[in-house]
Amino acid sequence: MATTLFRILKFGFQNFSRNALLSVATVAVMVLALLVFNGLVIFGTIAQSATASLQDKIDISVYFKSNVAEDNILKLEKSLESFTEVKAVDYVSQDKALDIFKDNHRDDPTITQALEELQANPLLASLNIKAQNPSQYSTIAEYLKDPSLLNVIENVTYGQNKVAIDRLARIIDTAKNVGTAVTIFLALVAVLVTFNTVRLVIYSNREEIGIMRLVGAANKFINGPYIVSGILYGAFAGVLSLAFSAPIIAWASPYVSSFIPELNLTAYLFSNLPQLIIYQLAFGVVLGGVSAAVAVRRYLKL
Amino acid sequence: MIAFHNVSKSYNGQVVLDDVNFKISPGEFVSIVGRSGAGKSTIIKLLIGEEKPVKGRVVFGTHEVNKLGPKELPSLRHQIGIVFQDFKLLPTKTAYENVAFALEVEGRPQPEIEELVPQMLDLVGLADKQNNFPHELSGGMKQRVAIARAMVHRPSVVIADEPTGNLDYHNAQDIINLLLKINELGTTLVLATHNKDIINTVHKRVITLDNGKVIKDDPNGHYII
Repeated sequence: MATTLFRILKFGFQNFSRNALLSVATVAVMVLALLVFNGLVIFGTIAQSATASLQDKIDISVYFKSNVAEDNILKLEKSLESFTEVKAVDYVSQDKALDIFKDNHRDDPTITQALEELQANPLLASLNIKAQNPSQYSTIAEYLKDPSLLNVIENVTYGQNKVAIDRLARIIDTAKNVGTAVTIFLALVAVLVTFNTVRLVIYSNREEIGIMRLVGAANKFINGPYIVSGILYGAFAGVLSLAFSAPIIAWASPYVSSFIPELNLTAYLFSNLPQLIIYQLAFGVVLGGVSAAVAVRRYLKL
Repeated sequence: MIAFHNVSKSYNGQVVLDDVNFKISPGEFVSIVGRSGAGKSTIIKLLIGEEKPVKGRVVFGTHEVNKLGPKELPSLRHQIGIVFQDFKLLPTKTAYENVAFALEVEGRPQPEIEELVPQMLDLVGLADKQNNFPHELSGGMKQRVAIARAMVHRPSVVIADEPTGNLDYHNAQDIINLLLKINELGTTLVLATHNKDIINTVHKRVITLDNGKVIKDDPNGHYII
């Protein structure tokens, strides 16, 4: 058994090294397929960060009438927090609102002076509500229309921002669906290109397969080495595609960060390096091995 | 040892072998002759299980070849050595590796392979060419490697299908002499050929085919077509 395995491995390595030109061409095609695969992983990460960053910017603010006691607002905050649709509720008191306002306009002497002359705090207390999902804002807004809240709420920003929020929710949903469809499509293209390339390698070896059968080689001696070669194509392609991807990612990282500040692609690459290596090798090795096994079966039946 | 009992074979309704009967005993040298398309190669394909007859039985030792499945064929082929007109050497393996391959697929241990392969290459006069790839060898040398591969596992039968078809006169004679030597050492030899000169110099049993039928089976035969 060990001798057989050793010989299958030896023949596999020989196939790979002695058909050097064919191996290089196959690995090159697989590298391209894997680069598409890498592109999909990165595209997915960027899309996820972009939508998360966009979602984070959406909220609805509820402004309370100036005579409403803080206790009542905190009670409403508690009840809102118990909603499954609500991700976070942030209470901004009148004083805090004033501090923020002052801070935002500290360089504007007219506003600072106007506030000092007023002597009273003109700003209202508010609750900033973030939903789990942008499409859930309408449910939260509906709850805030409850008659019991009419005399405490001065204003809800959802009404003013409804169109923008709905549009963003639609854009995020569409981006997710398109992203999934594009990922599936390109992954399928990568799989088919790799499969076809390995199939062509086996096709070019069909006479040798016939000779091996005539010499009395059992199927394991014929398909085993081709599967080993297929795995080697995949392994080499996996390592090379990662080696090509890393500098491209490092180069693109600052450009991506300028659009999505939360995303640092280089840091993402290094923190996920072990997984990326495993994905690459798994994709290449499984695809190379399975393609070879499927392709060689055809010639074993002859 | 080898027997064809009422064997017929046709491709797409066209009969290529019609009720063929013959027996070959151990140690015989039998030439199967006939024009191109007479059915010589079909007999060899049936004998090594590459094709199945539409009628009749093909017997090799204890095997009924026409009933063997794909998984049983390797063990049949381990008992046969095959030499082809176009050599059928593995192009990415050296002469040594081509010969060793026949032993490796049988699961023979490495020390035995390392002992037998150089001996066999020496026997066919290619001791100095063992590290050459087939494309670095002449036609005659390639056929010698093929014979070494066919013989290295000590098969009970060697089948040669037009082994001299791609060779010049001198190389062809060398190959035939080699096959005769192999037969003298006790191996049964089945030679399919349409080379008249070779048949007439060998003076062994000749089975003559014409249009898929055995028209003559002569123990000390000549080429009659």
